[in-house]
Amino acid sequence: MTAVLPVPGLTQPARPKKLSYSERVLESGLRVVVIRRPTVPMVEVRLRIPFFSTKARHRARASLLAGTIRTGTAEHDRAGLAIALGDLGAELGVGADADRLLISSSAIASGLPTLLGLYAELLTSASYPNAEVSGERGRLLERITMSRSQAGVMAGEALAMRMAPGHPYGRTLPDPQEVSATTAAQLRTLHAGMVRPDGALLVIVGDISPARALAAAESALAGWTGPAAAGRTTPPPPIAAGPLQIVDRPGSVQTAFRFGGLALPRQDERYPALQLANLIFGGFISSRWVENIRERRGFSYSPRSALDHAALRSSFLISADVATEVSAPALLETLYELGRMASAPVTEAELETVRQYAIGTLAISTATQAGLASTAVSLLGAGVELDWLTSHPARLAKVTVAEVAEVAREFLAPRRLVGVAVGDAGAITEPLAGIAEVE
Amino acid sequence: MPTASRIPTLPSLSFELLHHTLPNGLRVVLAPDRRSPVVAVAVNYDVGFRSEPQGRTGFAHLFEHLMFQGSANLEKLEHFHYVQSSGGTFNGSTHLDYTNYYDLLPSHALERGLFLEADRMRSPRITAENLANQIDVVKEEIRVNVLNRPYGGFPWLQLPELMYDTFPNSHNGYGGFEDLSSATVDDASSFFDSYYAPANAVLSVAGDFDPDQALEMIERHFGPIERRTKPRRPDFGEPPLSAERRTVLVDELAPMPAIAIGYRVIDPAADFAGYLTSVVLAEILSNGDASRLHRALVQDKGLVTDISAYLGTFGDPLEERDPTRLTITAHYADRAGTEKVIAAVDAELDRLATEGTEPGELRRAGVQLAATISHELDNVLNRCLEFGKFQLIFDDAELILRLPELLATITDDDIRAAARALAPTSRAVVELVPGAAK
Repeated sequence: MTAVLPVPGLTQPARPKKLSYSERVLESGLRVVVIRRPTVPMVEVRLRIPFFSTKARHRARASLLAGTIRTGTAEHDRAGLAIALGDLGAELGVGADADRLLISSSAIASGLPTLLGLYAELLTSASYPNAEVSGERGRLLERITMSRSQAGVMAGEALAMRMAPGHPYGRTLPDPQEVSATTAAQLRTLHAGMVRPDGALLVIVGDISPARALAAAESALAGWTGPAAAGRTTPPPPIAAGPLQIVDRPGSVQTAFRFGGLALPRQDERYPALQLANLIFGGFISSRWVENIRERRGFSYSPRSALDHAALRSSFLISADVATEVSAPALLETLYELGRMASAPVTEAELETVRQYAIGTLAISTATQAGLASTAVSLLGAGVELDWLTSHPARLAKVTVAEVAEVAREFLAPRRLVGVAVGDAGAITEPLAGIAEVE
Repeated sequence: MPTASRIPTLPSLSFELLHHTLPNGLRVVLAPDRRSPVVAVAVNYDVGFRSEPQGRTGFAHLFEHLMFQGSANLEKLEHFHYVQSSGGTFNGSTHLDYTNYYDLLPSHALERGLFLEADRMRSPRITAENLANQIDVVKEEIRVNVLNRPYGGFPWLQLPELMYDTFPNSHNGYGGFEDLSSATVDDASSFFDSYYAPANAVLSVAGDFDPDQALEMIERHFGPIERRTKPRRPDFGEPPLSAERRTVLVDELAPMPAIAIGYRVIDPAADFAGYLTSVVLAEILSNGDASRLHRALVQDKGLVTDISAYLGTFGDPLEERDPTRLTITAHYADRAGTEKVIAAVDAELDRLATEGTEPGELRRAGVQLAATISHELDNVLNRCLEFGKFQLIFDDAELILRLPELLATITDDDIRAAARALAPTSRAVVELVPGAAK
């Protein structure tokens, strides 16, 4: 074997380019943000409408509204809308979560005015035909049934309920009974009450002229008016500590572990330190926890931790699916790595690695039209201005080992987290009870 | 509805590619584009799970895992560490006919990325310890994606067994646990020697770099790797099906039945334009609310929850050689509806074969496919992977840039013929029956 070859060093990094964008708040209150990015002759559109409500049955109605808003308007039936979109090479998707309704699309750039016209049609004259609502209701119920047969989905539901009981954030899937009871008339009422431009956000990214895109948005959406819905936003309750909750899934060959705790929003001055602490713990493959339970012990294929930002709360989430017979040792190693983060400082080398990773992946995530559009709508929707993208590397560069230790102690300590384990209760309860308090 | 004059057209894609071949046979494709400070490096090897030996199901994928476990130069975990501490991401994936490895990096880490790919092409560290660890990791991957999941691996793991008669085409590409457990370091070394020769690979680089500098780095890092013989690729061809094949599979975790209908399609190497017709046909059948199968089976008849038609094992229509297939899958509420679902699919295919497309339908399918390609190529990493894959599979990286114009030449008669070819006598049907519903 020849001598060991040296690994090449890095050359001078490119200076981050300033992100330039144009924006206008329309008379209706809709904020329009346009970013020119002419890599390919396409355009990305994201429309975010605040959709939070604590009303009973809102989640079911919002889900069904998202599934049926494109099934008919004053001008087009369902297939007609799909044909009009297809002629623009457009894909359009609608999604609802506890915070917002999001209508996302991409299309051939020169089709933008027509595409915005179709958005206007959906916003001002979606008709929720009875037959379409009835068909989609049945399919939504079937999709909920299919989702709930997955261990990961069951675990996500159980953890959300644990982290935000009684709050809209506590529910990741709509309740089937409430879906069954939802009518087309209720969707029309919900649309009239909440699909409003005031407080909504339209982001356009692509091979377009900002001036023309703003003008196109203003003209296409002129007819979409109405004040913001008067709904209140209620923050979720504090997370109550408790034992590890075991959810029985008889015969399961794996245990799906999910843990969650409070985290900091992106505007917080301690957020960069927490972002780096999460990476060092389990946020990428070179992290302590992933190297431990995947690369050293082979317990899990894709253990991962992440920070999640909802409008009213940020969370630290960790997930791993492990073979049933190694559930207890996997839990032990997980608690050990969390405890180590909370009680002992990280090294300078670890910090430097995640710092570079965080800076590099930020550049990567905004290098495409779609990535930039999604990042922009997520930041602006959470009240973070787009300069954050250019100023964040400098904030990451300043984080110290002591700052990481401080946030890790506060947010990653195992006693600060709640957890669920979805698996074969008969096989895992006793071994897990040897490691942690279970219920 | 937009009038003809308002229907936009997609400008052609302009990427300049540079080609080079090193003396050791490694083919190189460069796609410089300096607009974002990001660079992607990919190596595509001409071996996938179709080529793995009998008794070694899942070996191509297991071997992919081993390629991340260090080298003569690097300890275990160092490969990950060097990429990630440069601010980059990496991964690899195993397909029917190829395996790829890739890194997406800030452009100032280009040389490091090239070094790391050259490093494992030269001398991966294959040890008994790494092998045992990665067998465990792969088993967890199979548990999470197949054994512990409703509809796990359906239908890519089950349809080939019914549809094909020879081991290379019909076996389970994830692998059986017994085969995985019995894999040895010698197996891995001989697999590497046979298939991971430079002459059996394509290196592609896309994004923010100077082509002359990049080529110099490529020669420095990949040039010294010894030339080995490119393995001869066997003929994997099988005769077409002459009668319908059916099987029933019980899925203990699934709450609802599902079906997969597979049809052999034309050999892309023999008749690429003919093959593209099947790609357009799949688009017409199931992309979007105006597509044939969605309208008929989901909206009008309410027979299924969802339905999709796609080419290739994993839905990328342009990544496989012959034999490959068109698959239609659907989930539905009631097992008693199985025959109705099949009959409704047949009726739609028959209608398309006899009446042809509606005005605008063919053009729209072409535009949608072209827009999808544009969208894909906006991403530096996808661009790098696509150019490399097209060079490897079709010996023509630029082919992807010509697809929009090729799609535009497909006629209504072509679509009718392609729909007619999806006959009941030439299909394989896997019916998935839920065990959970018992």
